[in-house]
Amino acid sequence: MLVYLAKRLASLAATLVIASLVIFAVMEVLPGDPAEIMLGTNARPDTLAALRADFGLDRPAPERYAAWVAGFVQGDLGRSYTYSVPVGELVAQRLWVSLPLAAISLLLTVLIAVPVGALAATRRNGPADVGIMAATQVGIAVPNFWFAMLLVFVFAVSLRLLPAGGFPGWGAGLWPAGRSLILPAVALALPQASILARVMRSSLIDALGEDYVRTARAKGLSRSEVVRRHALRNALIPVLTIMGLQFSFLLAGTIIIENVFFLPGLGRLVFQAITQRDLIVVKSIVMLLVASVVIVNFLVEVAYAAVDPRLRRRA
Amino acid sequence: MYRRLMQHLVRGTAAVAVSAGILLGTPALAARTDVILGIRLEPPHLDPTAGAAAAIAEIVYNNVFQGLTRIDRDGTVKPSLAERWEVSEDGKVYTFHLRQGVKFHDGTTFDAEDVKFSLDRARAADSVNPQKGLFEPIDTVEVVDPQTVRITLKRPSGSLPFNLGWAAAVIVAPESAADNKTAPVGTGPFKLAEWVKGDHVTLTRSDGYWGEPVALEKATFKIIGDPTASFAALMAGDVDAFPIFPAPENVPQFEADPRFTVVVGDTEGKTVLAMNNGKKPFDDIRVRRAVSHAVDRKALIEGAMYGYGKPIGSHFAPQDKGYVDLTGKYPFDPEKAKALLKEAGAENLSVRLVLPPPDYARRGGEVLAAQLRNVGISVEIVPMEWAQWLSEVFRNKNFDMTVVSHVEPLDLDIYARDDYYFGYKDPDYRALYERFVASTDESERLALLGQLQEKLADDAVNAWLFLLPKIGIWDARLEGLWENTPVPANDLTEVKWRE
Repeated sequence: MLVYLAKRLASLAATLVIASLVIFAVMEVLPGDPAEIMLGTNARPDTLAALRADFGLDRPAPERYAAWVAGFVQGDLGRSYTYSVPVGELVAQRLWVSLPLAAISLLLTVLIAVPVGALAATRRNGPADVGIMAATQVGIAVPNFWFAMLLVFVFAVSLRLLPAGGFPGWGAGLWPAGRSLILPAVALALPQASILARVMRSSLIDALGEDYVRTARAKGLSRSEVVRRHALRNALIPVLTIMGLQFSFLLAGTIIIENVFFLPGLGRLVFQAITQRDLIVVKSIVMLLVASVVIVNFLVEVAYAAVDPRLRRRA
Repeated sequence: MYRRLMQHLVRGTAAVAVSAGILLGTPALAARTDVILGIRLEPPHLDPTAGAAAAIAEIVYNNVFQGLTRIDRDGTVKPSLAERWEVSEDGKVYTFHLRQGVKFHDGTTFDAEDVKFSLDRARAADSVNPQKGLFEPIDTVEVVDPQTVRITLKRPSGSLPFNLGWAAAVIVAPESAADNKTAPVGTGPFKLAEWVKGDHVTLTRSDGYWGEPVALEKATFKIIGDPTASFAALMAGDVDAFPIFPAPENVPQFEADPRFTVVVGDTEGKTVLAMNNGKKPFDDIRVRRAVSHAVDRKALIEGAMYGYGKPIGSHFAPQDKGYVDLTGKYPFDPEKAKALLKEAGAENLSVRLVLPPPDYARRGGEVLAAQLRNVGISVEIVPMEWAQWLSEVFRNKNFDMTVVSHVEPLDLDIYARDDYYFGYKDPDYRALYERFVASTDESERLALLGQLQEKLADDAVNAWLFLLPKIGIWDARLEGLWENTPVPANDLTEVKWRE
């Protein structure tokens, strides 16, 4: 087990080093100069040089790479060129929007998808199933920004029940902040729920065809009991896998929805940083995302190995 | 497509909302003392002496920070921290008399030392002031007494009072200047209360303000980047005003809605089809004139700007003093354009038209490309983001044509610069410009401004298209916002709600 762990750890470290090099190199070749963006078209060359020196961009690339990595390892993500505040602070602020939003949408997704998918599976080929399959097809096909705008015009512009967008900050209170996340969460959840419901359906149909289901039925359990106590649990495994993927999408891949609702989330921060060439912000956030995915994968692999000795030997 | 669909939907729902409002009635309330303004771009920071972004000035200019002078809503120079000033006979020595009893937000007193500090800082070798050129004519800044500052110039400059009114020339205090990016400390009627990054910036009234008391207690600038979202935010009442509304296609809906005031004003944004005068084929004046004849400004303004925007014929805004109307200089005439191209031996031209991100450029570029193709110039459109545009076009001059709006006021100096991106190097223009800079006589200055405009139009340096409009939309009960944008600003000193 120790040998296995050491090997996995070495591969983890190598992945992170390679990722950091790639990220740094891409940012280096990106055309555009953060000082020019900041100072505009009337800037004098000496002013630009002064600002570049201020950003530390006058130092050679290997030195900057080393400084970045050294800082990163110690938890210092650097200082944003544009905002001139620590990157860590910016990310933390955005996570207060992105994390709750992702959590609420995922919760909505599950609350919709699991019962709907289960219903479709148990009524296979019946009118409910056909209806659900058609509805989820539409749910996947409709772009979520369009759906988002529809929600805005119904609930914000005409009914004026919820804000059209923006995020007042949690400091404004739980309800004022929470209510501004409702429409975006619904807009995000609907396509995700459509996907998940379909996964749920096919996975449950597969489970219902298993031998143990027949055995349970033969023992005299009712159909609904079999579904609840045996098939559903087994059917949830692929659903959980998809949910994991959906959560990471919801965390950083929601830029379009963030734009429609002008929410200050992580996705918009990255986008804004790219257009303003706030390279240190882009680098650090991308690295952070890579690191979290790689580390989670590492932990999962270790957990698998812990329960399944065959994996350890193969490694 | 979806936008059109939305518009239909909105017309219906807006009508429902309006009639519901009439039925319910609005209770009489005391006038509000807060306002929420929508802005399109978030400022990178809040220090106008360290960043060129218009979004900085749109929040802090005259609200948080003030200069010796200020530019008023009509573009004229007014006293601000300086009560009055005198200029010597030779036009080289300016004496500014400062206002008494002015304090910075942190309680420190404003005096001549702060003025000297601010101007010297902007001129210093390590200065990161985006408009360092404004201060270049200054030779020395002396403190005569706490209430008097003497500025000596290297050469006479009649533009000094105007230049000192720019956002980049505001007065800061040595105690707080270093932190102004995130914790701005100025002398204005408002101070920073809160900045939720990516969402809003809130200013609150500063007690002990030296000037006329302001009506507003709180002003929130809400950052809404998407044009459709800004439409929804106004309609839903999430914002009270959008001083620069980004979606001209939606304006008729607001005009038809009594809840809103729509004001179409002017900016200083001279939108140009810039040509690279430094290389073939645009080093040939006949080719540039051909392009000028090929452009149909009326169709362009209709097609790209939904009819908003005034045509211009040189690098000068019609509302500014000294304007000469040169829009008739190159009338739309495709045949003449073709003839000029033939004469120049440039019949099978093929050029790259670089377009930066703003809508005026992207939409305008499409129309212009069609108009140029009409006279036989084959145009390849190359969209670029700002960072790339700045390095490729502006710095490296690696372009044939581009569409961009020059928003700085009275910026005829860019045509006299050595290394400016469109590569115009004309000794006569420079001599004329030198005379203008040195002149302190108002009527002579105006006459010279006219000659400068004519010289540029005559040389067809660029094809001048239109003045960027400022479409302001706000709650009909709100008063005092600027109609025009002589400088980037949302001056809130006179804004109030009608009771």
